[in-house]
Parts: sequence; structure tokens; C-alpha cells
Amino acid sequence: MDELRLYTYIAVFGSFALYFAIAWWARAGSTSEFYAAGGGIGPIQNGMAIGADWMSAASFISMAGLIAFLGYGGSVFLMGWTGGYVLLAMLLAPYMRKHGKFTVPEFIADRYDSKTARIVAVVCLIIASLTYIIGQMKGVGVAFSRFLEVDYGLGLAIGMGVVWVYAVLGGMKGITYTQIAQYCVLIFAYTVPAIFISLQLTGNPIPQLGLGSTLADGSGIYLLDKLDQVVTDLGFKEYTTDNMGGSLNMFAYTMTLMIGTAGLPHVIMRFFTVPSVKAARASAGYALVFIALLYTVAPAVGAMARLNLMETIEPEQGQHLVYEERPQWFKDWENTGLLQFEDKNGDGKVQYTADTKTNEMVKVDRDIMVLANPAIANLPYWVIALVAAGGLAAALSTAAGLLLAISSAISHDLMKGVLTPDLSEKNELLAGRVVMTISILVAGYLGLNPPGFAAGTVALAFGLAAASIFPVLMMGIFSKKISGKGAVAGMCSGIGITMLYVFQHKGIMFVPGTSFLGDMPANWFFGISPNAFGVVGAMVNFAVAFTVTKLTGNASVEIQQLVENFRTPKGGVSKAHEH
Amino acid sequence: MSTDNNEQPLASGETELNGYWHDNLRLIAICLVIWFVVSFGCGILLVEPLNEFRLGGYKLGFWFAQQGSIYTFVGLVFWYSHKMNQLDKKYRVEEQEGE
Repeated sequence: MDELRLYTYIAVFGSFALYFAIAWWARAGSTSEFYAAGGGIGPIQNGMAIGADWMSAASFISMAGLIAFLGYGGSVFLMGWTGGYVLLAMLLAPYMRKHGKFTVPEFIADRYDSKTARIVAVVCLIIASLTYIIGQMKGVGVAFSRFLEVDYGLGLAIGMGVVWVYAVLGGMKGITYTQIAQYCVLIFAYTVPAIFISLQLTGNPIPQLGLGSTLADGSGIYLLDKLDQVVTDLGFKEYTTDNMGGSLNMFAYTMTLMIGTAGLPHVIMRFFTVPSVKAARASAGYALVFIALLYTVAPAVGAMARLNLMETIEPEQGQHLVYEERPQWFKDWENTGLLQFEDKNGDGKVQYTADTKTNEMVKVDRDIMVLANPAIANLPYWVIALVAAGGLAAALSTAAGLLLAISSAISHDLMKGVLTPDLSEKNELLAGRVVMTISILVAGYLGLNPPGFAAGTVALAFGLAAASIFPVLMMGIFSKKISGKGAVAGMCSGIGITMLYVFQHKGIMFVPGTSFLGDMPANWFFGISPNAFGVVGAMVNFAVAFTVTKLTGNASVEIQQLVENFRTPKGGVSKAHEH
Repeated sequence: MSTDNNEQPLASGETELNGYWHDNLRLIAICLVIWFVVSFGCGILLVEPLNEFRLGGYKLGFWFAQQGSIYTFVGLVFWYSHKMNQLDKKYRVEEQEGE
């Protein structure tokens, strides 16, 4: 273990040193650099930065684990979290870049000529981003406590300190360049173990192909067929067809994740950092390539990890792992409490079944799958160390992007835009840094004392973004008529009905232990789970905005001309730092 | 999404810009149909019939849901970006400042 710890320290602190060096080199000197990196980031660089900004602890740590246990149902995350980029690339990013401002609420303020709309957008942004950031902080704490065996709270504090240094110092500029480095770390850390495991199981080094290949044990059986057989033998649902609450729920869930993805302000903001509309379109493409690299590997990781886990516990049908002979990784994860065994029939062997009465693996936290995977597959220590650094890179890069979105919404939109318009640039920059520091402390506090709903928070954030921000942005671009009053009413009703639905089914304070992919109560609206409800909220948003506009009159002629203007690239791209 | 053409008179170049926007909308519509078919269509609604077919060890519907739709998305975004650059040139609305 000591050798492993040494490698882990080297990987983690080596990567931190790299981020610090970049932060010092790319520190921000103006508000334009602080909010939009001076508008000078190339499309490929921006694509990588979007990749890291986007792929959070949820993508890196949790997603493959979710897929491992949900099987086909886990596809909603794969399609939802990539398909949103198609919407972003075609419906939002180019036009918002053309308009050329720093923040999402600022775009909404200009398009709807309404301070109220700006404030409502800020509130929606903060709700969505804060729910999202708790998940990142939790990821940082878990990675530290498991790999460096330090206290969860101390790990969290170290993570907060690291983000503070490069986000506060560098703003968007520092964050961009650190995110590029973090993307490289995280994608390397994700694919290397996957390649090893795919080679071991199927002899094919490309995980995407390995998942569709036959097993390397000479049996000639396809990996997925074997997995289907192994899980159904133990009474679980068939891996490749288990559809998570039915087609309609999957449909709604996928759509919610897609439009939520397109409506997340910390991702949209990244498109303000490129120099042109053309570059904004291209960087959406590059971003999706870099994201797809991880997202097409994840299902292979999930399926292979599940198979490895099952075969460790039950090597042959009817033959069970003797508890005393359990492997080291089993003990390590038992220590964290994320894996729990209870010898119900007292035979000293591990029985893992779908039946809760006889199942002795009383807890298998799905979040451990990616982190435990290299150890389950007996991979070398340096690979395990790399996974720790990758998980931290994923969590920190997303946390930084979210912190910037929150602090810019407060310092730029709320303070400079509404409360104290005569704030000088120097003071706005200072305010941005102070607000970001406070945001880090709040996020750290929430990470340390996660509300009971922490497990589901990331998915919930998508529902909220889908119901509030995406519809007003899209209407603002594709309709010239929708007015400020319509937008405000739309946002309020969209996010309102979504939160109401979630609270209604999960309790106002989210009773702890409510698993977010748990049972499917019969009283859900058409069987749509609360996390999948954002799409309904979005439709309500569209409908209300349209109706209110019909009743109270269209947007003014000036606004209609503004819309004309940002629909075409021509007419001088207003560079973000020139306004 | 409404196109809202012709709702107020604009200065010169109006028809041309309407043409540009109209072509853009048509392109978006084509892309979104493909986007919908590969993910919601092949990956969710038609997954069962498609699972009768196989692609190596993959059931076809399962493959669309976990692999195929994502590859298609990547292709779509680049194709859209490429076509829009052509439209920008055709209607002479490209940006003056290069990248």
C-alpha cells in the first residue's frame, strides 16, 4: 500500500503543481480576462476547456457506475449529456457569441430589455449552479479520503484551496488554461485503465470495440451476452434491456438532460471566450469530440466493471467468494463504508443476489465502480494513482467553471448591472474575486454538510436549467416577438413547477436516503421521475412566455433589430473586451 | 420556434438576410430530425425491434443508445458548422475579423 500511496501523492500533487504554475502564468488583469479570457481562446483549446468544464465528478466517477447498475437504462446519461451539445451548437452558442457579452443573464437582459429578467436569470443560475457544485465538492472529498487516506473534511479543504488559488487569481483566463491541462489529465486517467481492462477481458485494446467483442477466455461468448447471463442468473434485470421505468420516463429524462446541458450557464459562458462566431460553432464540435472520447468509453467501463465485480463474488455459478479470502480492494472499500457485507446465512461466503432477503452485499455504492475498477482488475499502482488525479481534475475543473458562473452573475449582473452601475472596472474585478472566495466557502460548507439530496443534485441541476434558462435563450433567438414580461413569467413558472414537482415527490428538505433512481411510485405524472421533469417545466416555460407576450404585446422594434443583428455573423463581432 | 419573417420592414438586404435565416432554419431542422431519430428514435422508442439485429456483440438498439447516437452527434455538429460557413459565404455575411 505504501508504494501505492507514494505514486498517488506524486500524481495528485504533481498535477496540482501544474495547475498552480498555469494559474500564475495566466493570471487575469482586466474584467474581460476575468470573465471571458479576453475573447482570445482558439476553438480546439476551447473545446478541451469545455470538455473539462463539462465533465465533472459525476461524469468521471459516478456515470460508469450508474451505467454498471442500470445497464441499458443508463443510456439516458450518455445520450442526454452529449445530445445537448447539438442543441447548444445550433440553437444558442453562435448567436450568443455574436452578441458578445460576458454572462448569460447579461444576454437575457439585453434581449428582453429587462432588469427583472436579468435578476430572475441570476436567481435561476445560482440555484442550478449551487446544486451542481455540491456534487463536485463531494467528489473532491471522496477522492481524497479514499486515495490519500486523509480526513474527508481535510481533503475538501485542500481542494477548495487549490480552486481558490487558480480561479480567484486567474478568473476565466486562468481557469481556461488549467481546464485544458485538466482535460488531458482526466481523459488519460479515464482511458488508460479502460484500455487495460478491455485488453484483459476481450483482448481488444479499444474499449468501444471491446464492449462488442467476444471474451478472451476462449469461450467465444460475447461480453454483453455473458453479462446478461451472469446478472439474470442472480435475479437482476437483463443488462442490455433494463429500461429504467419505461420508455416515456427514459424519453423525458434524456430530453431533460439534453436541454439542461444546453442551458447550463457555466458551459455557455465558455463560448464567450472565442474570437468569432465561426470559432464558436467549431469549438462546439471539438468540445463534443473531446467529451465523446470519455462518453463512449464509459459504457465499456460500466459493463466491464460490473462483470468483474460479479465474477469476483461468484466465479462460477453456485460457487461463492469466501469472505475471509476477499481481495484487498474489497477490504479497502469496506473501510470507507461504501461497500458492506452482512453474512445473513452464516456460511462465511458472499452471496450477491437481487433478492433483498438473501442478498449479503448490503451496500455496493455505485460511485465506487470507477475508482475501484483498476484495483478489481489488478492493474499496476501507477494506473490507480492516475485515476485519483483524474477524478480530482474532473471535480476541480467543473467546480472552477461553476464558481466563475456564480461569481460573475453576482459581481457583473447583480452589482455592476443592477445595484451599483457606476462600479469601476478595477473594483468590479475585486468584487468578482471577493464573491468567488465567498462562493468557494459556501460550496465547501455544503460539501462538508451535504443536504440529504446530494446524490441526486447533479441530475436535479439539469432539470432546473432545462426549465428556466434554456427556453428563454432559445425563444430570445428564434422569436423576435417574445417580450421581457413573457420571459420573466416563463422562467418563474418553468423553474417553479419543476421545483414544486421535485419537492412534492421527495419532501421539501429532500428526506435523506431518498435514492434518486429508486422506486417508481405510481403517482408520478405519467410515470415521469422528478429528475426527468425538467422537460415538462421547459414546455410550461415556452407556453407561459408565449401566452403572456400575446396578452401584453410584442417586444419593441429596437429589440427586433437586435435579434436580426445577432442572427448573422456579419456586422462586426463585438469582441467581448470591447464593450 | 417561429421564424417571424416579414414582421417589420428593414433596410436594404432584407430579403437576402431572410434567405440566410431561412436556409439556416432549414439546416437546423434537418440536423435536429437526424438528432432525434438516432437518439430518441433508435435509442429509446424503437430499441426493442432494433435489438433483434446485432452489431458484433452489441444488440443494435443498445448500440445506438450507448455508442451510435454519440458518434452521430459529433458528425452533426461538424457538418452544421461546415454548412453554416458555406452559407455565410454565399450570403456574404461572414465576419470581417478572421480567427
